Amino acid sequence: MLPVLFVAFAALLVVTSLMVVLHKNPVTSALFLVLAFCSLAGIYLLLRAEFLGMVQIVVYAGAIMVLFLFVIMYLNLQHDVETGLQIAVRRGIGWFVGALMLLTGAALLKRGWALGPANEVMPGAEQGNVAAIGRVLYSRYLFPFEITSILLLVAMVGVIMIARGRTGHPSVRMGPAAERGAAGGSA
Amino acid sequence: MRLPLLWIIPALPLAAVLLNLLLGDRLGKRGTALLACGSVIAAFGFALRAVLHLAGLPEAERHLIEFAWTWMRVGDFSADVSFLLDPLSAVMVLVVTGVGSLIHVYATGYMSHDPSFRRFFLYLNLFMFAMLTLVLADNYLLLFVGWEGVGLCSYLLIGFWYERPSAAEAGKKAFIVNRIGDFGFMLGAFMLVAATGSLNFDRVFAAAPHVFATGGAAITLTALLMFLGATGKSAQIPLFTWLPDAMEGPTPVSALIHAATMVTAGVYMLARSHVLFEMSPAAMEVVAVIGAATALMAATIGLAQNDIKRVLAYSTVSQLGYMFMACGVGAFGAGIFHVMTHAFFKALLFLGAGSVIHALSDEQDMRRMGGLAPKLPWTHATMLVATLAIAGVPLFSGFFSKDEILADAFASGHYGIWAVGIVGAALTAFYMTRLYVLTFCGAPRLTHEAEHHLHESPPSMIAPLVVLAVLSFIGGYVGMPFQEGGHAFARWLRPVMEAGEVVVPHHELSHGAEWALLAVSVVVALIGIGGALQAYLVVPGIATSLRERFGGLHRLLEHKYWVDEVYDAFVVRPFMAASQWLWRVWDSLVVDGLVNGVGYTLELGSGMLKLVQTGFVGTYALWIALGVIALVLHFTR
Amino acid sequence: MIPLSWLIGLSAIVFTIGVVGVLVRRNALVIFMSIELMLNAANLAFVAFASEMKSLDGQVFVFFVMTVAAAEVAIGLAIIVHLFRLRETVFVDEIHLLKG
Repeated sequence: MLPVLFVAFAALLVVTSLMVVLHKNPVTSALFLVLAFCSLAGIYLLLRAEFLGMVQIVVYAGAIMVLFLFVIMYLNLQHDVETGLQIAVRRGIGWFVGALMLLTGAALLKRGWALGPANEVMPGAEQGNVAAIGRVLYSRYLFPFEITSILLLVAMVGVIMIARGRTGHPSVRMGPAAERGAAGGSA
Repeated sequence: MRLPLLWIIPALPLAAVLLNLLLGDRLGKRGTALLACGSVIAAFGFALRAVLHLAGLPEAERHLIEFAWTWMRVGDFSADVSFLLDPLSAVMVLVVTGVGSLIHVYATGYMSHDPSFRRFFLYLNLFMFAMLTLVLADNYLLLFVGWEGVGLCSYLLIGFWYERPSAAEAGKKAFIVNRIGDFGFMLGAFMLVAATGSLNFDRVFAAAPHVFATGGAAITLTALLMFLGATGKSAQIPLFTWLPDAMEGPTPVSALIHAATMVTAGVYMLARSHVLFEMSPAAMEVVAVIGAATALMAATIGLAQNDIKRVLAYSTVSQLGYMFMACGVGAFGAGIFHVMTHAFFKALLFLGAGSVIHALSDEQDMRRMGGLAPKLPWTHATMLVATLAIAGVPLFSGFFSKDEILADAFASGHYGIWAVGIVGAALTAFYMTRLYVLTFCGAPRLTHEAEHHLHESPPSMIAPLVVLAVLSFIGGYVGMPFQEGGHAFARWLRPVMEAGEVVVPHHELSHGAEWALLAVSVVVALIGIGGALQAYLVVPGIATSLRERFGGLHRLLEHKYWVDEVYDAFVVRPFMAASQWLWRVWDSLVVDGLVNGVGYTLELGSGMLKLVQTGFVGTYALWIALGVIALVLHFTR
Repeated sequence: MIPLSWLIGLSAIVFTIGVVGVLVRRNALVIFMSIELMLNAANLAFVAFASEMKSLDGQVFVFFVMTVAAAEVAIGLAIIVHLFRLRETVFVDEIHLLKG
């Protein structure tokens, strides 16, 4: 049962990723990315990372992509025009490098890396994934946790500075940043 | 307390230089004069003390070496600051300090009206320091330090009145021509180091017979190279052209440097290196021939000059030629003897000329002199003594020394050299008498200005003249001929001259031959004197008519055989042209081209490299991706 | 049981697609989205290994990655907006002032 679900989600992920990269309309690309995130969340759930799956949807699909769409629409972008020889040459090179990377990955996998099954039972399954993660997060990873909150503060300040423009110019309020601060912890 | 022996002799003038520099104008004219003269007189005192000490030693031990400090020690080679006192350097140091003191005293009177009084004595003391280092050195390197030092001071003093373009030019000329000679000296010294591993006199002369083949090419070349240095310093052919021009300097300078001391440095160096020269008969021949040729050529030029100092300058060149002649025929001692007597009477001649010039308010042309004998009694008397001395009149010092040179030339079989010397002696007597007559005798031909200000010189200038006159008279008696075993001077120098393993055959003349030669010299001198008296005093018209009859010849002599012009055309101009070419081609194109080329290449390279910075983020991402793949492949290979 | 190699292979594929997106597209926002794809591919690898090694450290790390990604997106979009204000374009090949 599991592998089937996995294959389904995986296929969805790959297809939507491809559409993100290939589609001309940036809005459509963004929406496809949302789908990709959701399929990824499904894979997380299959791997018993329930907390992460939920956070993936809430943060990535719910906040980050909203931000993306917001900016795309604010900038009032049209379809991308991808004509011209130079652009075509660059595209060709890009695909070539991608193929190269894929081949490298395949070669590595062939060598017998990453063998063995992924487990069904995760540690701390009795209390639930959230509690288990919380226990690890607030003990071993307390310091990075605090640092991350400072990071978010810095990001907030930076964004306000950058987006402000000239003094007195009405700035674009980056609202979702405040929400993210709540999800991450103290701010 | 034991006072130091040798190093204090050059140190005293050096101390005077430093004090002069530091205290400067605070000393005032009297203070500067006291400091300068005092240091040299004190140096003379110490020199006298050292020489007396030396004389008190047995003959075989008269070779004092005083070590001051180690200058350099490189591998096997070492050169030290140490001083040597032996009979040869004793003669030189006494002459230098003695005559030097007299000239210093004279200069305080002569330069008393000059605004740069202090600077003059600064340079003069510096010269004394360098010259004393030269004569007291015990190795070629320290000698060369003094050698260069006197060259420098010569430049400074010739161009003393530097606002005069001719003086500045003359100073430059002296220095540059000297440098050409120094080049020869240095090469000779290099050969000595290469062959013997040292520049110390004792070591070189001891080793020379063993490392050089007598009469071989190496020793001949070495000797000739050192002789080239001597020709530069002592104004022989081909490097004599600077000396006449050096008369641009103040007269005390001409007396001290260009008559008594610096120009004799070449002769001293040759005498010191006699061991090397005696090993190369070919080099000795060259020295003798050049000495003789110079003596004759300069004497002929002196006949036709009208500037009193120029006549004396060419006379100096000529007399130096006699000294080299002596060295060339093997009579090094006779050469040094003539150095000593020449110092006395030539210094006297120059100082006397200076007195005349001073009296006539800076008139130097003899055609505007005349009849000065009654007006300048002291100057006249002393100059007469000097003229008789240089002309070779018996009983005066010049007679003894010049006669000895000619006798030695004859005795060693150099009859041609002897003949040239005889002719030169006649010419010397002639032109010196001419100078004397034109200046002091006959009817005055002075300008009105000069006549108005005519006055005898002050005592500070007269006293040295008198002392030098006395020396010019009695100075020859140490060289009386017909002494068994050689005269006093020769005996004094024997330990030095006969040191070394190369034995020069000593030619003895029979008494009869010696008397005959003596008679010939005297007759020749009298002919010269008589001829000049006749031409310039008794029948003045002869001179003018001769000049017209032999107009071309006279012009040749008056223009000094156009030597300067020839040098200019064949040496100076090609040199300048070559320098110009080098500047245009080598410097601008090659060197600048290389340097600029490096810059250009870098620019080119960076121009190519900077194309990586396209400004497109996509390109950078591409390179990152490729880099990642490369790294992954590298680390998992 | 999901074989680990499948998961890693999937991660590689998604990552490569992200790389291609960065290299091929001209629109800055689409490039940014491709970068998010790459980050998520990395997250997937983390979770896969966490699952295989029976440790929660991988999941915690993913947590941090998400946080950082969020901050990065905020700032990146601010820059793009600012750039759009200056240059009137979001196409990266029209912005090349810093060329050599």
